[in-house]
Amino acid sequence: MMIDLSTSYLGLQLESPLIASACPLTGSIESLRALRQAGAAAAVLPSIFKEQVEHDEMEIVRMLDFWALSSPESADYFPELNSYNTGPAGYLDLLADAKRHLDMPIIASLNGDSLAGWIRYAGLIEQAGADALELNIYQIATDPGMSGASIDDTYVQLVQVLKRELRIPIAVKIGPFFSSLPHLADAMVRAGADGLVLFNRYLAPDIDLEDMRFIPALELSTPDELRLALRWIAILRDNVQISLAATGGIHSAHDVVKSLLVGANAVACASALLSRGAGVLTELRDGLESWMREHDYANLEQLRGSMSMKKCPNPEGLIRANYMKALTSYTPSV
Amino acid sequence: MAMTIDGNEAVARVAYAASEVIAIYPITPASPMGELADIWAASGRTNVFGTVPEVVEMQSEGGAAGALHGALQGGSLATTFTASQGLLLMLPNMFKIAGELTAGVIHVAARSVATHALSIFGDHSDVMAARSTGFAMLSSASVQEAQDMALISHAATLVSRVPFLHFMDGFRTSHEINKIQTLEDASIHAMLDRQAIDGHRRRSLDPDRPVLRGTAQNPDVFFQAREAANPFYEKTADIVQSQMERFAQATGRQYRVFDYFGSPTAERVIVMMGSGCGAAKEAVQQMVDRGEQVGLLQVRLYRPFDIARFIEIMPATAQTVVVLDRTKEPGAIGEPLYLDVVAALAEQWPRSVGQPPRVVGGRYGLSSKEFTPAMVQAVLQHSVESTPKRHFTIGIRDDVTLTSIPWDPDSLPEPADVTRAVFYGLGSDGTVGANKNTVKIIGEETDFHAQGYFVYDSQKAGAVTISHLRFSPRPIESTYLIRQANFVACHQFDFLQRMDIVESAAKQATLLINSPFTHDQVWGHLPFEVQQQIIDKQLRVFVIDANRLARQAGLAGRINTIMQTCFFALTNVLPRDQAIAKIKSAIEKTYAKRGTSIVDKNFAAVDDALADLHEVVIPAQATSRVHKSPAVSADAPDFVQRVTSRIIAGQGDLLPVSALPVDGTYPTGTSRYEKRNIAELIPIWDQEICIECGLCALVCPHAAIRTKRYDAQLLNDSPAGFPHRLIRGAEDEALSIQVAPQDCTGCGVCVDVCPARSKEIAKHKAIDMLPKSVHIAQEIERFEFFQQLPESDRTTLKTDTVKGSQLLLPLFEYSGACAGCGETPYLKLLSQLFGDRAIIANATGCSSIFGGNLPTTPWSRNADQRGPAWSNSLFEDNAEFGLGLQLALESKVAHARQLLESLHEQVGALATEILAAEQRNEQDYASQRSRVANLLNRLCSLDHPAARELEELATCLVRRSQWIVGGDGWAYDIGFGGLDHVLASGRNVNILVLDTGVYSNTGGQASKATPRGASAKFAANGRAVHRKDLGMMAAGYGSVYVAQVAIGANPAQCIRAFHEAESYRGPSLILAYSHCIAHGIDMTTAMSHQKDLVKCGFWPLYRYDPRLAHDGGHPFHLDCHKPSLKFKAVAMQEARFAMLMRSNPEHAAHLMDLAQKDIDDAWHYYEQMSGVEREFSDLILNE
Repeated sequence: MMIDLSTSYLGLQLESPLIASACPLTGSIESLRALRQAGAAAAVLPSIFKEQVEHDEMEIVRMLDFWALSSPESADYFPELNSYNTGPAGYLDLLADAKRHLDMPIIASLNGDSLAGWIRYAGLIEQAGADALELNIYQIATDPGMSGASIDDTYVQLVQVLKRELRIPIAVKIGPFFSSLPHLADAMVRAGADGLVLFNRYLAPDIDLEDMRFIPALELSTPDELRLALRWIAILRDNVQISLAATGGIHSAHDVVKSLLVGANAVACASALLSRGAGVLTELRDGLESWMREHDYANLEQLRGSMSMKKCPNPEGLIRANYMKALTSYTPSV
Repeated sequence: MAMTIDGNEAVARVAYAASEVIAIYPITPASPMGELADIWAASGRTNVFGTVPEVVEMQSEGGAAGALHGALQGGSLATTFTASQGLLLMLPNMFKIAGELTAGVIHVAARSVATHALSIFGDHSDVMAARSTGFAMLSSASVQEAQDMALISHAATLVSRVPFLHFMDGFRTSHEINKIQTLEDASIHAMLDRQAIDGHRRRSLDPDRPVLRGTAQNPDVFFQAREAANPFYEKTADIVQSQMERFAQATGRQYRVFDYFGSPTAERVIVMMGSGCGAAKEAVQQMVDRGEQVGLLQVRLYRPFDIARFIEIMPATAQTVVVLDRTKEPGAIGEPLYLDVVAALAEQWPRSVGQPPRVVGGRYGLSSKEFTPAMVQAVLQHSVESTPKRHFTIGIRDDVTLTSIPWDPDSLPEPADVTRAVFYGLGSDGTVGANKNTVKIIGEETDFHAQGYFVYDSQKAGAVTISHLRFSPRPIESTYLIRQANFVACHQFDFLQRMDIVESAAKQATLLINSPFTHDQVWGHLPFEVQQQIIDKQLRVFVIDANRLARQAGLAGRINTIMQTCFFALTNVLPRDQAIAKIKSAIEKTYAKRGTSIVDKNFAAVDDALADLHEVVIPAQATSRVHKSPAVSADAPDFVQRVTSRIIAGQGDLLPVSALPVDGTYPTGTSRYEKRNIAELIPIWDQEICIECGLCALVCPHAAIRTKRYDAQLLNDSPAGFPHRLIRGAEDEALSIQVAPQDCTGCGVCVDVCPARSKEIAKHKAIDMLPKSVHIAQEIERFEFFQQLPESDRTTLKTDTVKGSQLLLPLFEYSGACAGCGETPYLKLLSQLFGDRAIIANATGCSSIFGGNLPTTPWSRNADQRGPAWSNSLFEDNAEFGLGLQLALESKVAHARQLLESLHEQVGALATEILAAEQRNEQDYASQRSRVANLLNRLCSLDHPAARELEELATCLVRRSQWIVGGDGWAYDIGFGGLDHVLASGRNVNILVLDTGVYSNTGGQASKATPRGASAKFAANGRAVHRKDLGMMAAGYGSVYVAQVAIGANPAQCIRAFHEAESYRGPSLILAYSHCIAHGIDMTTAMSHQKDLVKCGFWPLYRYDPRLAHDGGHPFHLDCHKPSLKFKAVAMQEARFAMLMRSNPEHAAHLMDLAQKDIDDAWHYYEQMSGVEREFSDLILNE
């Protein structure tokens, strides 16, 4: 039996649901090529960190101006180089290169915490030929005066603004920490978002116990993290018609299958690629195919969403009941 | 095309275009020419022949001249750039190049040669020292001329075969920005004679047509052969003139070998060359306009001196000729140009027109001393007096030998239609950069002419800059500072308190102040003196809070574009909208390469500026209770009050000759009187959580953190709340750590290294940076009390520990080094450990500048008036100079011992004790000092000639500590030959290399200590080869003590190495890792960063002690662990590596790989070294 793995994500036709998520491996044309060969159906380039770009630019200025024009003996302390590759230029080159050399959709990614500057970068990304844009909004509320609703508004407003400016589809990668994800998802749909990517893992810093300061810490995802996305995709699938992608914890073919069952249009993985190499994609594709073969599925349409909240046999297992069950299983019966 | 550039760039553009080989070496003020050549070559820019010149940095100017000589003999068109001592190092090769009639050009930014003092500023003492080399000498007087004469030099040398020295005045021309008409490559190419180039190449050394050059000759023929070149010199002036004619045809700018300006029937004529001609022309023009018969004869081609053309252009009506020399030749009848003119007139003045004119000569402008039209008028007026001074000086007051001519500074004011603006800023606030842009905007985008000249501070931290800008409908030749500005801007409010800002304002001028106070509050905050000047001069005053606006725009501290916008708005040099558009386009030009966000922020700052600009209503009377601060405190010694304070106050120009030492000798311990108050945050000690480690004091680059241990009873007189800790186990003693609040630069290094953290609040340490404005009064009071607490007894301290060493009084304090400097902590440590016995030879470089640049010196003295005796000889000779000092010391000691032995009978047992004294530690030194004091007492009563002689020498019987200090530019490059020789000498000297891995003082040019992969000037594409392992080269001798240290990584090892080096009675070499602003690092955390540099193996710590090289001992000891970090991870924290990774990632990654291999290999080598047994027969174990 021919198994059809093709899927539609953000209006893009993908030959399979396997997307290489934003990570260092999607940051060079060589590794993108390897990912493609291994079975990636699309790739999300690493994020342009808007704040990082601005920080880098300010740092370069600070460095070149540091003690400059202060001494009669030395106007400055560094040779002026031809280019500092600041800003998005290098990123846009990579994007254009990827589009030129690879026969798969290339999705660009933007990361930031405020509205300013998004439009410029998004516009440049579209011009450089991206097939879609993934927004990676990262806002940490520290001010007690800021309500959850106002943060939701910021997200929605950003999508609205960008949808006005861009023709390419937009996916929004969000974290799980919202009071009501269905409410937010609904607002996103109304704002024009073409898809949601669930979930951003929001890497949190660690503490250096000697230096007594926070330090960045990168931990790869584990398979159990996927369950968060599975639950919410299952819930959202019945409410929104836009694309959904599962990410954060995709390590095996079964993870892919589960994601599709709850309603994902695609799955995006990074940690598995980083820990086991591009070849993981081949394993996932083959595994998906053989699972479908074993279980007599011909295409993803049959599979997708068949375990959404409305379609699954035990919706209570998705919500509180799941919690209750877990509790009771560990509680000796009276 | 019109461009607004400085003299260095104007010359470098031509020299680069016309050369195939360029040998470079950094020296102020010529370095930018080499830097530009290096950057252009790195970016693949071609010369007019379509090739990229070979630009090679040499180890010294002597090396550059040798490479130049070789390249020329090899048939290349070659050039080099230099100044001052650099030119002097080229002299031997210059004689050779000229003697061999080899076409080539040396471009010089003329600078004072060091005599009683070094000076980086401009005069002709260097080029005059080269006048006998046989080089033709062509002089430029302006930026335009610098470009044009550069090309005429390159063209004329090819045709004449006589090599050319082309010079412009250092700083005044090399660093002045002016609008000039630039030369295109095609016109440069057209000026270079094809046949002459072919001839030059044909004469090259080539085995296909072999010749022999550089013979040794004997009395029989040398002389004749020397004269054989005469015809070439006879033709040179004609050739230069004909090239000038060709140049005029191509460009319309006509020059002559000698040019004349002024009345054709002048009776008084000034003869001079260089930038002073600009001021002279202006004076002559005004005097001629008044009907006076005066003129200026400008010398362009000085050598060969063409008498015929000189006489021809000199008006026959001349009765008095005033020759002005920008140099001094002590003992000569007159200065060189004067003597040439005297001889020329004597030889060839046409008797048909009568007696030759009377000639008087004078000196002016040494070390960039101001030279103004008023001075020109004064000398012309003086020359007609019945008995004029034959050899006068102008521009100073000589009250000793009475050479000076007085002048009226207010005479000959500048024309009214010239806009003159003066800006007072900080180096760090971007004032100069914005002003350079302003000059470019007006120069390149309007029909106006524009000029910018910038005066900098001698201090690095908190450096003040003064920008002088002129705009005029005519070309600007005013080669002097602005005295009467129509616009004065004060970019830092506190300057009004300590500097005479308003002095430079003309009547009814505009004064713009960057003020934290609003227009209706500011008046009361101005010092009384400033208020009075504002009223007297009827100034219009405007204020803006640029700091606040800059912060709002995300540009904290960078107020430059805001102030620039206000300047345009207030002066109306351009219509406001046009000005703003042009400022923005300049911002874009400057910053676009660095990123759009910085452009946006500056645009926002510009857009917001004018709304906050307000005029101040000036009251009729000055009422302020605030007064300007005195330059030095009232307790300062006489010399500091009389001389130093005037220099600090910017009034050094007013000091008469008699005020200054005759031989360059100055008192030490003066920096403490210059309270610079430049920090915004100062460290405040929390005694409750302090663990008394002493690290804060150890690393303080400015000795602004002090520790004292003292009798707790003294606290009875302390100010309330004076922080202290009672010593555990010795509660009658207390310890205090105190900041010198007015001397601290606010670098924050102390806080970074402090290991003591509050348990309750993780960010609070035992020392925290807090706002100075809040703490200053209290800290001044505390510091005053602290200062009068007694110093610890040196003989009781464990000086081999961090804590113990920091109880020693620093005898190096409050230097003007960069905030957070990585070199100064080592010098401070040296001064603490050995300062009271130290003699220091200091190579030229950062350490000689912050160590010995007037007005004050950080080298200090203790209560007994003992302290380091310090001197700087040169850059290249420091090891030899230090060795000489040591030889003198050894000779004195030997003589003193001999005398003491001869007086043995009279002196008795004391003589034996002195002669046999061990002198290994502080107790020994104290005992010996006491014995010598007794001896001196005893000698008083002895009536013996040997006793009188011994009285003069006896103090040297207390062991001295000879130090030789310098940077890596000295030790690795220019001074290496001498250093090597001194290491091999076996003599007891201690050499401290403050290794920043670049020529820090001249702006970060690569040295042989520059690591592979680092981008530096002269290595714009990243240094391609690995750094020299100077330590192992020295260890190779076997008999040299060598240590590699990093005070931030392992302070205890550093202190131990200092002690071991000093105690070793042979040559010792300490390589001290010194972070530097030229690394592109966060200076606050630089000490911690040193730990990572050691951890990654970039800077392994080790000691090689020859005293262990016997009986199977292992003299080499590694003091650090095997590298645990990758170099790249650490290197990327330094912009010098990270920038290249951004700019050219593949190349940088390749260099990084090689750099890692260097480190791996070096570690492997050092590990093997640790196991090596050595046995040296010539060990100096004179213990």
